[in-house]
Amino acid sequence: MATPPLVIDQLHAAGRGGRVRAFIERLRSGDEIAHLITLVFAASIFLLTVLLVYELYVNCALPRHKFGWGFFFSRTWDPVFENFGALPFIYGTVVTSLVALLIAVPMGVGAAIFLAELAPPHLSDALTFVIELLAAVPSVIFGVLGIFVLVPILRSQVEPFLKATLGFLPFFQGPIYGIGYLAASVVLAIMIVPFVLSISREVLLAVPREEREAALALGATRWEATWKVVVPYARAGIFGSVCLALARALGETMAVTMVIGNEPKISASLFAPGYSMAAVIANEFAEATGDLHVQALIELGLVLFVLTMIINALARLLILLTTKQGTAHP
Amino acid sequence: MNRTRKSSPCHVYFAIAVACWSIALLPTKRLLSRAPALPSPAQVQLNGAGATFPFPIYSKWFDEYHKLHPDVEINYQSIGSGGGIRQLLSGTVDFGASDGPMTDEQLKQAKVPILHFPTVLGAVVPTYNLPGIHERLNFTPEALAGIYLGTITKWNDPALTGPNPGVQLPGSDIIVVHRSDGSGTTYVWTDYLSKVSNEWRTRVGRNTSVNWPVGLGGKGNEGVSGLVQQTPSSIGYVELVYAIQNHLSYGKVKNAAGNFILASLDSVTAAAAGAARNMPDDFRVSITNAAGQNAYPISSFTWLLVPSKINDPAKRQALIQFLRWMLTDGQKFCQALAYAELPKPVVAKEMKAISRIE
Repeated sequence: MATPPLVIDQLHAAGRGGRVRAFIERLRSGDEIAHLITLVFAASIFLLTVLLVYELYVNCALPRHKFGWGFFFSRTWDPVFENFGALPFIYGTVVTSLVALLIAVPMGVGAAIFLAELAPPHLSDALTFVIELLAAVPSVIFGVLGIFVLVPILRSQVEPFLKATLGFLPFFQGPIYGIGYLAASVVLAIMIVPFVLSISREVLLAVPREEREAALALGATRWEATWKVVVPYARAGIFGSVCLALARALGETMAVTMVIGNEPKISASLFAPGYSMAAVIANEFAEATGDLHVQALIELGLVLFVLTMIINALARLLILLTTKQGTAHP
Repeated sequence: MNRTRKSSPCHVYFAIAVACWSIALLPTKRLLSRAPALPSPAQVQLNGAGATFPFPIYSKWFDEYHKLHPDVEINYQSIGSGGGIRQLLSGTVDFGASDGPMTDEQLKQAKVPILHFPTVLGAVVPTYNLPGIHERLNFTPEALAGIYLGTITKWNDPALTGPNPGVQLPGSDIIVVHRSDGSGTTYVWTDYLSKVSNEWRTRVGRNTSVNWPVGLGGKGNEGVSGLVQQTPSSIGYVELVYAIQNHLSYGKVKNAAGNFILASLDSVTAAAAGAARNMPDDFRVSITNAAGQNAYPISSFTWLLVPSKINDPAKRQALIQFLRWMLTDGQKFCQALAYAELPKPVVAKEMKAISRIE
């Protein structure tokens, strides 16, 4: 930041011939170029985000005027009579993502603790490599596996078992189809576990050795040192991994639409078929003919964008609040 | 001097980056400079977009036509009927393609009148999974509408047992499966149900996607047939082409003449022949529930959408030539790809309509 005045001084001092030389000098040194290029990149990312929101907002004028805030509370999605409401899709997106987190976070963090703290290093590296491979599998593969492997197991084994044991809860009632919220959540959980795991493991490995040693020196057992010192120290990073996983779950399209059942209905039961925002956009956009239909889908895109931002903001707030409480006292 | 030497790595990186960039560009440049020298350059390029259902036959046609006329190259993107209509209206393609005719409202948005040309025929069939039952089931229009409205919920409902004497239908719940993605298949299916059921027409209606009263949604033909094959006592609908190629079992449907007809290329062409007598001049006609003893009732045309005024004479000529070829020689490719051919009277009428392109 101190360069511009310096450059101007040089210009004044050097005159015409010197100005060219000063420019070449600046180019040669590379600092100016690097500064400019990185600035342009940073600005373009910000501009892209703004442009995205603007375009989404402008292109959904029709449903915004026709339905207003009612768009968020209506349960009807009727392309024939052009009556559109987002509630079942918002519900489906949120429920599947949250249930996926409920499954994936304990699993991912638990596995990360094992790999970072307890497992021998060569086993840890090998396992982490395999798990990170999972993150690179295209989502349609997960969808196909979901349809042909997971759904039959859910229909014939898991869901009847849940119904028999936990059937008194409203989440595990109603007819069993196999596909539905639960199938989508489980597929999502499998997809996001690698994110939670690999980032949490890195964060846990980055905890300073002294913290661990201090706890052990004070008489903590190995597990106490891990659970009461190392994990709280890495809390912010673990939350970060959960945020990333959640963002992926909210936006996941292909794998979800293949197993969620694609019915815009709200049911408490996890066995029931549902729908998510990303799935309905992918399903209906190509063949949507009416302007209102297309724009309602675009508005859903905007809602999804805003919802993702809100959830991310909440997660960040959570990190701020919890890290302010300080790291743990063993 | 000291400063220059220090920063020389940066300088070098920059030079390397520029060098890489120019190397990356080199082959393209060479290709570009060679392009005019390539044998048989494409002088006319036509771009189209739209329906996915006829994509296999369209790409076959465009390929064969290019072999016959190396100076004409036709590119087609199967982005869906809705997308095809939108791109045609905004003028980004030379022609569109759709599984459903354009509505009056859409035609009004066009800068020049749009002409519809039926190209091939498709059909939609009910497919089901009933363990232990190997006979082909007969479906009446009332039964299909009732099942999809949710008023018929058991397989042993009288509406189903009546037309299927001798078949022991179980008392299990019917699990209804439909397409979740917007599609021409759904358009044809709901168009048929709208014609045979008043309640369907007023409650649900016809469209590429609708507000389904009951059922699970599967993505694509493969999604629906996958769900049906996995879920005992379920019913779904798929394209005839898909059912034939994947050896799915499907039921017969009662047509307007009262006969139970099995969908086949011949019975679909028969449906179009039945409709040909009162074919409107713009070809925007639904042939579901068509008249005719052997007509399969859930059949439909698929259309090419062509602007009636094309300013570029080379493009106009190429498109007219292609349409003529497609209606005559092109039709013989249909059978192999499991599409039903157009009946002769429709072809004759279309040949006349081509002269409206100017």
